[in-house]
Amino acid sequence: MISARALSKRYPQGIEALRDVSFDIETGEMVFITGRSGAGKTTLFRLLAAIERPTSGSIVVNGQNLVALRESAIPFLRRSFGLVFQNQKLLFDRNALDNILLPMKIAGLPANEALRRARAALDKVGLSNREKADLLTLSGGEQQRLAIARAVVNRPSILLADEPTTNLDADSAAGILEIFRAFHQVGVTLIVATHDPQWVSCVSPRILRLDQGRIQEDVE
Amino acid sequence: MRRFLTQHASAFSDAVHKLLAFPLGTLLSLVVIGTALSLPAAGWLVLDNLRDLAGGVPKPQQISLFMVPSADKRAFDEVELRLRLARVGSWRFVPRDEALERLKAIEGVPEILATLPKNPLPDAFIVEPEDIRPEAVESLARTFSNWPEVEHVQLDSEWVRRFDVFLRIGRLMIVMLAGLFGGALIIVTFNTIRLQILAQADEIEVARLIGATNAFVRRPFQYFGFLQGLLGGLFAVSLVVAGAALLSGPLDELVALYGGRWSLRGLDLALAGSLTGIGALLGWVGAQLSVAVHLRKS
Repeated sequence: MISARALSKRYPQGIEALRDVSFDIETGEMVFITGRSGAGKTTLFRLLAAIERPTSGSIVVNGQNLVALRESAIPFLRRSFGLVFQNQKLLFDRNALDNILLPMKIAGLPANEALRRARAALDKVGLSNREKADLLTLSGGEQQRLAIARAVVNRPSILLADEPTTNLDADSAAGILEIFRAFHQVGVTLIVATHDPQWVSCVSPRILRLDQGRIQEDVE
Repeated sequence: MRRFLTQHASAFSDAVHKLLAFPLGTLLSLVVIGTALSLPAAGWLVLDNLRDLAGGVPKPQQISLFMVPSADKRAFDEVELRLRLARVGSWRFVPRDEALERLKAIEGVPEILATLPKNPLPDAFIVEPEDIRPEAVESLARTFSNWPEVEHVQLDSEWVRRFDVFLRIGRLMIVMLAGLFGGALIIVTFNTIRLQILAQADEIEVARLIGATNAFVRRPFQYFGFLQGLLGGLFAVSLVVAGAALLSGPLDELVALYGGRWSLRGLDLALAGSLTGIGALLGWVGAQLSVAVHLRKS
């Protein structure tokens, strides 16, 4: 389903974030990309989400080579992903429900259908009682769950998350993990970049360990 | 198709909300746009009315042949014969009594004429040449002036031609003014949209990250520019209509005092529609440019 071959990413400043990275991820797999800060996890996340293009190599997702993809086709590809960003990228001038409605507005879903799906997504992450909440009143864990709800509301087949438990306490992190497990159980391919080894040890996923831009370990 | 329409409806609704969210700012923009559009529109209307006003004067390229006071029927027949042979176009004879009667129809003139011992007007021929090229008309006028018993030849169209030139210059100035104000309108919209984009930078960034196309990002701003221009155009129409309504009464009175029958013509539906449409188009162009610049930078 996802096939990366000889991926490299060198930034203009000369920093080589990824070097010759290759892997395959099958449909429905749960994969954790681990490694220390600066190992290349976020860069890999950005390449998989087509936010950036690799310097060399190829990434094929569902038969589409992201490297060869036209710029105008990228937004449509991104809609097939659920993306959870490291800093969540929530809109603090909108309430929880409006944040969830944004991806469906982009997809052009009718208002009634969008509202129904948004409420269902909020329910899945345990925020159904906070739909009108101002985001500043939400805890870190709630904000992260809201970000996950926004990522899954369009029913993506692949969920990509970058450091979803950063700055969360153990209980909140466990809650997030439970949510991911639930999505994985219904067949969503899950790719999570994290530096939290404790979190990884709670589940038994496939682990891709990065170090200095290279894959050091690929274990199940 | 349904999704496409849903996206447009949503973008339109966003644009309306943005217009209503800051009523004072919207009102100020509309005043600026309305004023910018109303000035050339009002100028165009003034020129149109001046052209109407000039419509009652002799037709362009009309030649008057004034006979000597002693000219008699034989002289008139002689001129008629020459005109017929020369095949110059159409003509008519205006006897001095008829000319006097026409003059008396003008207010205030009968009192002056009553003080004169006799009719001071000459008999005349009014010629409308077929060939109205300026050089042909001038050549004809020279020929007529050499005919016997013709005392004076006058090209009645001379001032009309000057007036026409004046109108053409006026129109050109209005077009230049319209271009200038049109540019200003684009700049006003460009800047309004630029500020909106800066205020919504986070939202645009997030939207693009989760799958928004450039068209999706552009659309609400395009609608905003379009609506702002449209409303500005309507405001301009109302300004011109109100101005014309205010001036109409006093101008009618003034023209009546000079014995004329003319009334100020206001904006017709076509011009009002054009003004509104131009406002909307320029607003859309301003928005389009602003978003294009932003998208290229980001």
